Amino acid sequence: MEKKVTFTIDNKECTATAGSFIVDAARKNGIYIPTLCNYDGVKPAGSCRVCTVKVNKRHLTACTTPVAEGMEIEVDTAELNDLRNAVVELLFTEGNHYCPACEKSGDCELQALAYRFQIMAPRFPFQFNERDIDASHPKIYHDHNRCILCKRCIRAVKDKDGKSIFEFNNRAKEVRIKLDDKLGETLSDELALKAMEVCPVGSILVKEIGFKTPIGKRKFDRIPIGTQETTEQLSHKEEHHE
Amino acid sequence: MPRKITIEPVTRVEGHGKVTIHMDEDNQVVQSRLHIVEFRGFERFVQGRPYWEAPVLVQRLCGICPVSHHLAAAKALDVIVGAGTGDGLTPTGEKMRRLMHYGQIFQSHALHFFHLASPDLLFGIEADPNIRNIIGVAMEHKDLAIQGVMMRKFGQEVIKATAGKKIHGTGAIPGGINKSLTKEERDSFLKGEDPLNTDKMIEWSLGALDFFKTYHKANQQLVDNFASFPSSHLSLVRKDGAMDLYHGVLRAIDSEGKKILHDVDYQNYTEYIGEEVKNWTYMKFPFLKEIGKKDGWYRVGPLARMNTVDFIPTPLAQKELEEFKAYTNGKPNGMSMHMHWARLIEILHSAEQMKDLLNDPDIMGKDLVTKGTKTNEGVGLLEAPRGTLFHHYKINDHDQIEMANLIVSTTNNNIPMNLAVESVAKQYLTGHAVISEGMMNAVEVAIRAYDPCLSCATHALGKMPLEISLLDKDDRLIDRKNS
Ligand code: SF4
Ligand code: FES
Repeated sequence: MEKKVTFTIDNKECTATAGSFIVDAARKNGIYIPTLCNYDGVKPAGSCRVCTVKVNKRHLTACTTPVAEGMEIEVDTAELNDLRNAVVELLFTEGNHYCPACEKSGDCELQALAYRFQIMAPRFPFQFNERDIDASHPKIYHDHNRCILCKRCIRAVKDKDGKSIFEFNNRAKEVRIKLDDKLGETLSDELALKAMEVCPVGSILVKEIGFKTPIGKRKFDRIPIGTQETTEQLSHKEEHHE
Repeated sequence: MPRKITIEPVTRVEGHGKVTIHMDEDNQVVQSRLHIVEFRGFERFVQGRPYWEAPVLVQRLCGICPVSHHLAAAKALDVIVGAGTGDGLTPTGEKMRRLMHYGQIFQSHALHFFHLASPDLLFGIEADPNIRNIIGVAMEHKDLAIQGVMMRKFGQEVIKATAGKKIHGTGAIPGGINKSLTKEERDSFLKGEDPLNTDKMIEWSLGALDFFKTYHKANQQLVDNFASFPSSHLSLVRKDGAMDLYHGVLRAIDSEGKKILHDVDYQNYTEYIGEEVKNWTYMKFPFLKEIGKKDGWYRVGPLARMNTVDFIPTPLAQKELEEFKAYTNGKPNGMSMHMHWARLIEILHSAEQMKDLLNDPDIMGKDLVTKGTKTNEGVGLLEAPRGTLFHHYKINDHDQIEMANLIVSTTNNNIPMNLAVESVAKQYLTGHAVISEGMMNAVEVAIRAYDPCLSCATHALGKMPLEISLLDKDDRLIDRKNS
């Protein structure tokens, strides 16, 4: 038998399997904690900080912290919500996100979070960082303007030997995602589609299929992010570019 | 590898019109010019972007007729993805696009006629501007105002059902369309609750035509002489000479009706059309190469189309066309105010077209996209509400746009609008050192007849944010008016 633990989220009594991460434990108890870099079925990286909660008064990332007996977890507080907003706003100002013409619009988790948080304009100045586009691969179109460096592609898209097909290149402000020189060459259509699906934004695109899904049928047209169904949908990794 | 984007100039998208009028010491008009916005920026924005993004990205240059840009870009990309030059789409792909387009023409023309133009007709050019606006129309001619609103709504709903959204949708994709209509959607347009159905739209279109013709009869002098001048005319026509606003061959005629462009394939438009640049406006001046820079200008839009086409392939609009053509004994019509008449005939034609398309089962088909052998260059033309719209793209081997050239309808009408301004300035201003509001509105009325696609033209109260400056021969300002 799995060991159960009891804890509270915003004073609500909850139980979950010991050792499960706070985000998943919360979801089991019907509570949504916003996430962005986290991806079901893949080891969490804790890189975006959108899931920040307070555990016994300390800031921690809910995607990497396992629940433990007696934890007092705060999720939906003014302070934490503002912090999450700030993180999302920072991402919008750091990259160059032009939603109106992006084919991931409606399927993009960053955009969906901004809608959920009702962000009208970021409080930080736009950085207008110079990023380029790598269109040289025959199947994949890589728009660095939109990359939020969440590493989901690196963590989730692997060849049959478990080797990552994507990797980081350069350092600091110059960090860019790239395809592994060798593995990229033999990228299957299936893995290309998976990469596009895994990427929370419109940074990895499969060529020539843009805008195939009509408005009204995109992931977040139907159910806004953070509703129970969406969470389930994401975990089932539903295929949207049928 | 593409590169940093610099936009030069960044200005000129603020949606203001500016007119300058030069007068000599005897208060004679020596020169008048209309300076307006241009969209060159977008031709740079799209460089380096993946080609399939163009229909969605480029339409953003306009909130008034985005559907036209959306479709013209998609048509150019059809060529690039090997889906033929206008004849290669699946029946559903083609008909959904046509429906979207006629919905757009219908709503755009309705907006223009009822909201922007009707105040001048109902109250008179020199009437008090406090009444001469859509609110005034709503107060004194309630039925007309309601029809305007509902006709616009109908067109917008058609756009939403075909493009996904009323403004800036994503329906047209290279080689086809991303959705077709469900039976419910289709029925809602054919049998929708009064007044939102195609039959009512046809009835109201006929009513609007009656309204205009009555006005014309009572104000014949004004309607026929205001900003009237001969010109060449250009538009697409169907191969058999019929009106076709979505696709066709390029035809241009001179002021006598003689053909200058003989129904040519627009993929080679650069052989026939040149573009000249002038130092006082960001807008280019297109011209017919056959005639040359000086005299090669032409009109586009509803009036031009009435002149170029041989017939209209829907019965009610055809009857109206016959009457229109008979008024000038079959000669090309150069009367700027007849643009309104022409526009209303097109409203009727669009309503008839929508009805036919909706009754066609292909509109609910499932085969949406065609693809063939890819090429790296494509041209897409269509007849936008305001006239012929050109989109031209070249892509590189990595599917990125390398070159984009757009000639928008309003640009095609550049010289005609300047001539209209000049004609009205001479008629109304000669001998005056001070401009009255009525005179200024006369200039606006002339520009408005062309329904220029300045975002300012939608200025909701029937006024364009237009600035008029009156200068003496040494360029000193005599007077200025802002509306
Ligand atoms: S490409 Fe997409 S998935 Fe990969 S790091 Fe960037 S945003 Fe994350
Ligand atoms: S989702 Fe937890 S840090 Fe990104």
